[in-house]
Amino acid sequence: MTTTEPSYLENQSHRKGLASWIFSTDHKRIGVLYLISILIFFSVGVLIGVVMRLKMLWPGTHLYSAAAYNAFFTVHGVIQIFLFIIPGIPAAFGNFILPLQIGAKDVAFPRLNLLSWWVYVIGALLALTALFSGNGPPDTGWSFYVPYSLRTNTNVTLAVFAAFILGFSSILTGLNFITTIHRMRCPGMSWFRMPLFTWSLYATAWIQILATPILAVTLIMVMAERILNLGLFDPGRGGDPLLYQHLFWIYSHPAVYIMILPAMGVVSDVIPAFCRKNIYGYKAIAFSSLAIAFVGYLVWAHHMFTSGMSNTARMVFSLLTFLVAIPSGVKVFNWIATMYKASIKIEPPMLFAMTFLFLFAIGGLTGLLNGALATDINVHETYYVVGHFHYTMFGGTGMGFFAALLYWFPKMTGKMYNKRTIVVAWAHIFVGFNLLYFTMMIMGWLGMPRRYYSYPPQYHTYHVVATVGSWILATGVFMFLGAFLVALKKGTKVAANPWDATTLEWKTASPPPTENFQTIPTVTGGPYEFKDGHPA
Amino acid sequence: MSTPTHEYHPDSTGSKIGMWLFLFTELLLFGGMFLLYAVYRVKNPADFHYASLNLDTKTGAINTAILLTSSLTMVLSIGMLERRHRKASLWFLIITIGFGVWFLVNKYLEWSHKIHHGIYPGSEELTGRTAGENLFYSLYFLMTGLHGIHVVAGMVVLGVMVWMIGKPHHRVLPVTTLPVDAQAHAVSVTVEYSEDAKLDQQKLIRLENAGLYWHLVDVIWIFLFPLFYLIS
Ligand code: HEM
Repeated sequence: MTTTEPSYLENQSHRKGLASWIFSTDHKRIGVLYLISILIFFSVGVLIGVVMRLKMLWPGTHLYSAAAYNAFFTVHGVIQIFLFIIPGIPAAFGNFILPLQIGAKDVAFPRLNLLSWWVYVIGALLALTALFSGNGPPDTGWSFYVPYSLRTNTNVTLAVFAAFILGFSSILTGLNFITTIHRMRCPGMSWFRMPLFTWSLYATAWIQILATPILAVTLIMVMAERILNLGLFDPGRGGDPLLYQHLFWIYSHPAVYIMILPAMGVVSDVIPAFCRKNIYGYKAIAFSSLAIAFVGYLVWAHHMFTSGMSNTARMVFSLLTFLVAIPSGVKVFNWIATMYKASIKIEPPMLFAMTFLFLFAIGGLTGLLNGALATDINVHETYYVVGHFHYTMFGGTGMGFFAALLYWFPKMTGKMYNKRTIVVAWAHIFVGFNLLYFTMMIMGWLGMPRRYYSYPPQYHTYHVVATVGSWILATGVFMFLGAFLVALKKGTKVAANPWDATTLEWKTASPPPTENFQTIPTVTGGPYEFKDGHPA
Repeated sequence: MSTPTHEYHPDSTGSKIGMWLFLFTELLLFGGMFLLYAVYRVKNPADFHYASLNLDTKTGAINTAILLTSSLTMVLSIGMLERRHRKASLWFLIITIGFGVWFLVNKYLEWSHKIHHGIYPGSEELTGRTAGENLFYSLYFLMTGLHGIHVVAGMVVLGVMVWMIGKPHHRVLPVTTLPVDAQAHAVSVTVEYSEDAKLDQQKLIRLENAGLYWHLVDVIWIFLFPLFYLIS
């Protein structure tokens, strides 16, 4: 398809330079804005992670104080959770790709979309202010558990307020996507012709809307407690700190699925594109997203098996937790069934999608041990948990994010990166990742508690291995990100559909024109239909 | 070829969906607090009952009536705009805001009365009383306070609507909207509000959404009132 229309990268508004980006209501520009901001925070988070690991090379006091370590893991957690992984795929790639995938000109509320980016930036700036003002950065861990978060003198109120603001941005994106999917699909784009990435965004948006307000009110309560001293969580005055944990996890566990579902969506789009065949079990994958969204609601208390709950409650929550494995398993088996006997082209996006499968499988299976009561009592609050959730969040969502970047970068910029650099970076990431986090799981299994500044000598070897792993991993990550910077300058130009993929976003130019499609497309078939190895 | 700027097509259903989703999140926000309320009340039924007796049911009832009436005037304002009675719509809107002010004044008096008697979170007076009473008042101040903030927010939204509807009711369109041969002579095109159906509809959609928000504020109060003032 040839196009005479200028691409969205060429400025067509009356604003100049930077202003034409940060005040643009074009979903594509907003997506790019999000992508850049998110990658910056991600890089900062990774660096803090490396600094933490550096200290853990040796036990005892050195390099920086224990208080600084507390601040580091809190800030690392807050950045990676609230600034990277939650907005991550939906805000960056969802914004850019969703309207293209359903043949729309934009999202339903373009100005609200821009507002949500601004709210995100304001939230992020507040979070950064919290680090450098008041009585020092927050040191509570990213979960802000009471009573400590009410007692510490550090800058918790501001940090909590920042998280509150960020939640608002998340809600706005969610309701925008739901309305967009309901109202803006092009002719012929029935629900079951939508690409699975769009389906996953739909399920995610619902969780964003249903869960985030609970986080908001919980954070309001922490702020109100700190400012007004209400005593709602103070046992001395009749309150119950456990209720804080319940409220927190009623949001934060569903939030885990806000993190992972979009990555699963990415993988569901990437796999058929590089297996050159239709996805196996389309409906099963679509519905399992909704099932995960639903069941994910009912499992929050598995974070609290050691906090003090009745045995009945614990068993029910444990059982429900195992149930989540079913829709997750449905997805994994469908992906593998798609790959079975396919002529797989291992291009970079596929490489990372397969890495996702491998690492997420480890993360998911180790999660079952946390879901089981007897084992969780032993591994709770140890490095086992830290290893597990890095496997799911970084190995799962992180790799999904990377796959999305590799898959859609040519669409966004019209350029191709150097594939060889990516493969080298991948090798570093893969080796470093497993060295770092698998070792964490082992030492956690042996009893090393998390969030500790020092440790007894018997854990030394493990910590050294993990730290070396963190170096290799960080090298890989920055090599990976660097490849895109280079590609912006020197990348070879690509055609509209460099992967020969089937979904609608590939049917317009790369980079797409401002209005997305020259004429609004009409859809006549499913999203992944191939004929003789080419889009049907 | 279409112009590169994003055109705005008012999609009434679309913006309603968006608004309803937003209202839903607001309900859930209060839902979290109702959850706390439920747990603490089940744990301290007698104390909650006793503390509730000390709230001024009359003020509460008046405030309930105020908000209910304000929802009515809100609906009337929308109805008037639908029938293109711009002035009447504006007046009903202003009356609605007036009710909001009245509600807040009552709330202010009620709160100051309590604070005057030494009843506020963490006060000495309260610390001497039972745990249940402490929790009751903490929740009372938290929930009615947050509701009050919502009332203020609602009033701001309605204020914006007053401004929007009250604005001179025409708009200036670029010359390019005229037929080509007429363009050379014209400087600009002025469209009367009442003839500009698209703009009209846009305003109506916004007013309806603002109205929905106002009703939400009302509905939340309908729950707060019995939970704090009427339990027995
Ligand atoms: C090279 C990259 C990374 C390194 C070296 C790293 C390292 C670490 C370390 C050492 C801890 C603290 C362990 C403890 O003392 O308890 C930690 C905690 C954490 N990490 Fe990472 N991490 C990395 C990337 C990520 C990513 C990508 C995410 C999110 C997707 C993430 C999310 C978290 C969270 C949520 C915590 C818990 C913070 C807390 O305890 O409050 N990390 N990480």
